[in-house]
Amino acid sequence: MRYLPLSPQDRAAMLAQIGAPSVDAFYDDVPDAARLDGPIRGLPNHQGELAVERRLSALAARNRTASDGPFFVGCGAYKHQVPATVDHIIQRSEFLTTYTPYQPEIAQGTMQTLFEFQTQVAELTAMDVANASMYDGSTACAEAALMACRVTKRRRVVLSGGVHPHYAAATHTLCAAQGIEVVILPPLVDGEDELIEALDDETACVIGQSPNVFGTVTDLSEISAAAHGKGALMVSVFTEAVSLGLVPPPGEMGADIAVGEGQSIGNPLNFGGPYVGLFACTQKLMRQMPGRLAGETVDADGKRGFVLTLSTREQHIRRDKATSNICTNSGLCALAFTAHMTLLGGVGLKRLAQLNHEAACALADALEGVDGVEILTPRFFNEFAFRTPINAEAALAMLGERGILGGVRASRLLPGGDMADVIIAAATECTTQEDIAAYADALAEVV
Amino acid sequence: MTMNSTGRPTAPTPVPAQPLAETVSGSRGLLQHEPLIFETDRWTGTGVDLPEPKGAPSRLGGLSRKQDAALPGLSEPETVRHYVRLSQRNYAIDLGFFPLGSCTMKHNPRLNERLARLPGFADIHPMQPQATVQGALELIDELATWLKTLTGMPAVAMSPKAGAHGELCGMLAIRKALEARGELASRRRVLVPASAHGTNPATAIQCGFEVDEIKANARGRVDMAELREKLAKADDIAGIMLTNPNTCGLFETDIREIADLIHGAGGYFYCDGANFNAIVGRVRPGDLGIDAMHINLHKTFSTPHGGGGPGSGPTVLSQALAPHAPVPFIVCDEDGTFQLIEEDRREAQDSFGRMVAFHGQMGMFVRALAYMLSHGADGLKQAAEDAVLNANYVQSRLKSVMTPAFDTYCMHEALFSDAFVGEGIETIDIAKALIDEGYHPMTMYFPLVVPGAMLIEPTETESRAELDRFCDALEAIAQRAAASDQSLKAAPRLAPLKRLDETRAARRPVLKWTPPAAEAAVAAE
Amino acid sequence: MSTKYTKDHEWITLDGDTATVGITAYAAEALGDVVFVELPESGKAFKQGDDMAVVESVKAASDVYAPVSGEITEVNDALTDAPETVNEAPEAGGWFCKIKLADLAELDTLMDAAAYAAHCAAEG
Repeated sequence: MRYLPLSPQDRAAMLAQIGAPSVDAFYDDVPDAARLDGPIRGLPNHQGELAVERRLSALAARNRTASDGPFFVGCGAYKHQVPATVDHIIQRSEFLTTYTPYQPEIAQGTMQTLFEFQTQVAELTAMDVANASMYDGSTACAEAALMACRVTKRRRVVLSGGVHPHYAAATHTLCAAQGIEVVILPPLVDGEDELIEALDDETACVIGQSPNVFGTVTDLSEISAAAHGKGALMVSVFTEAVSLGLVPPPGEMGADIAVGEGQSIGNPLNFGGPYVGLFACTQKLMRQMPGRLAGETVDADGKRGFVLTLSTREQHIRRDKATSNICTNSGLCALAFTAHMTLLGGVGLKRLAQLNHEAACALADALEGVDGVEILTPRFFNEFAFRTPINAEAALAMLGERGILGGVRASRLLPGGDMADVIIAAATECTTQEDIAAYADALAEVV
Repeated sequence: MTMNSTGRPTAPTPVPAQPLAETVSGSRGLLQHEPLIFETDRWTGTGVDLPEPKGAPSRLGGLSRKQDAALPGLSEPETVRHYVRLSQRNYAIDLGFFPLGSCTMKHNPRLNERLARLPGFADIHPMQPQATVQGALELIDELATWLKTLTGMPAVAMSPKAGAHGELCGMLAIRKALEARGELASRRRVLVPASAHGTNPATAIQCGFEVDEIKANARGRVDMAELREKLAKADDIAGIMLTNPNTCGLFETDIREIADLIHGAGGYFYCDGANFNAIVGRVRPGDLGIDAMHINLHKTFSTPHGGGGPGSGPTVLSQALAPHAPVPFIVCDEDGTFQLIEEDRREAQDSFGRMVAFHGQMGMFVRALAYMLSHGADGLKQAAEDAVLNANYVQSRLKSVMTPAFDTYCMHEALFSDAFVGEGIETIDIAKALIDEGYHPMTMYFPLVVPGAMLIEPTETESRAELDRFCDALEAIAQRAAASDQSLKAAPRLAPLKRLDETRAARRPVLKWTPPAAEAAVAAE
Repeated sequence: MSTKYTKDHEWITLDGDTATVGITAYAAEALGDVVFVELPESGKAFKQGDDMAVVESVKAASDVYAPVSGEITEVNDALTDAPETVNEAPEAGGWFCKIKLADLAELDTLMDAAAYAAHCAAEG
């Protein structure tokens, strides 16, 4: 077996050194009734690279990729171009095949990139401090709710109807387990402001999203002010990190905690994971953050270096009093994010955001030309909801037959509502004029 | 004769010994100095060629970012150098032996990287119509079959994003099961051994339970007398969280009795599967009476850890917990069509709900399945046995100079205490001295139940020759430690940096770069 | 009055009906470099033995218990910027807070310096 260096002679010599008759001796503590003898049943034996590659390539070939034709699917994950350099960097052995930097003297590569990542995320979100990543946007959102409860010592969390339903569900699951009341407002394309009405004196935080799941961009400043007036925190969510090049970032809207999905920068779609959760907050709340933090210090010779710091918040020290149970996060995805961001720079990010916005505007213009189509999203970045004259699922299926993945039907995310004829469509810098024309033509045919 | 004495000297010239001088550049030969990206002058640059925006009318409703993000943009060559230079300050499994106990740092096959990057896996969207991703759903289903077969468990939740997230999944399923029985309010107590990973108590608390710690006995296992006492007549037990093989690198001999006791007390058995790699093919956790166990794909099935993730923590569930598994999950229709169940109603009406957006760590699933197919049933079993053999070999080679925490065979990792260490020397000094020898240190000061613990996990992908070289080095360091050699305090001497001041980092946290001018302004205040 | 001590290594010195509280030199030494102190809020009331503050080193976080019942009248904000004071002067500048005692009799349950020294010797 190509991954196992020990030869039969090695094994025999090692057993002799140990003084054990066979490896069976090491398993003596296993109760007889649970001991497996002989080969594992029901699974095939080892295979060479060629056979494995053939098998998995066959499975891969049965999936329609985002690059196979016009593609407009978004809702929390976005098709962007990732520079080749990014993938080269994350495949460097020293980054790919190392562990959490527990020994900082021989992990300064990881440590410095995390410090740079934290700086970039803080700047992008316009917040004071950021952590070294969470699993993804949805779990970051759930952790933000818990953090707000710790900070305010209150036990009620309110989410707008514009928060991505998967984020709301993940937040509900985690909070409900601790007996925290979770209020999820009814879905509304343009209803982040409803959070103000839902605030009361027991509310730990309100959670709003911009751009929200329908693509609507909202200035959350008034909601923040109202929340602060009630002693609650404002949690500002985003699922499209590229939007931060153009739309008001959480820190400019008075947010106390900013959470979001970083996939769009540096990370491929990957059918939903792995992604990278971004988590930032104000200086005041720093010690209540979940997750790892890289901090600057010096070594014994006075040379600058970076270490994991404020670890007393974490499970390996605080155990049952930790701010979160998170351990492994999304280090390599954070590296992809920071490497792509280093290539883009603030200037490149803004331009990328403008290109995304223009592509979505062009798409909206084209679809508005189709009879019976109504754009529902009043202000959008690179994604919007629209109403079709026919059932959205049927429309998307017919578009699919024409080689076009036209977006996400709102009813998939919000079943049981009145959104059966609503499609949420996204456009990015990867979307061409031809893609847009093909979409509009095909939609005109099917409705 | 012809005397041709032109050209360069061809052998080193003898020079008197000199202290290593600082260089002008800050670099040291191959190890190049590399500042932060913010310490460049590339504030208006970019390394990505994007077309000029057309300046079309905006549909942002007049909203815009007030202050552009001030972030440097480096050209491609500068970017590549920045990260490649930084990479050279990292130790990695591709560079050498990485015996970090409990973390299972084994070889990461490159085939798996290639396959995970196939566009058919990497370039598909989680919200595409399911008919367009049947190959992806089948892959997840096939991986699930392997995991269920290897563990002997009837169900597996695939969406947890890492081991700790899998713990959360298992404990939330237990919580839901208690709720379904109408006993959630009364069953609050979760038993956790003192030797447990910190994630266990943290997870129990995150699920709203209370933690009750159980001690280890002198043999490094659960103290059965204490367990029986805690369970006697108790009607408030939600469950137990137990790692097996445990964090001392030992198999819990009484595990079946523990399962019976917990079930008898009305609770559930969560098994932390971080150390499943020791027993694959030799023991099925399902035969031990457990109700839930997460599997760290980055440990047992070798998906690369990436310096802190991404992980992946599929969680196998017993028949009792299976109905409470989170959404989404995959079912296969009679006609062979794979379907993703995303809503917690109908067939998923007893689910505890959703714990994350989308369907789990697809990129890790591809790598893990490639690893399993490559090893096969025979190779996986051999891998487990070799991992255990290697650990026992290391323990055997070192037991005369170091103090094994327990006088017995170990499973996949060898645990030593600091009892052999001389005055003034600590575990950390031994760990840092290993760095100078070219090795990543073992896990230190964990598990907490052993003083000055040193936990060495060699894994199956190390050769006997590599283990011998490591043991020779550690043996020599251990002898110095036993002799109170204070020069160990200076280690590492040969790493890119000397020991770092963690106290300073924590007292005055600097968590991001700030411009020097701002620093000056803050100082002036 | 003289300083009293708890078995959990807090010290308390009474002045009128208000007492100053901190952690002992023995505790500060055992904790190692203190990097952060989470102080109680002024005005908050505690019962004897309640978790009142947290003192953190790089590698551990330890709860500090209220040595007596009462209300917090003042906290030592200087520790926020200079937590090292707890190591440098644990029983002087490194004080944590002042408590207005609810029940002076509780002081009788605490140890005097000699008893505390014996307690530490037994622990150590």
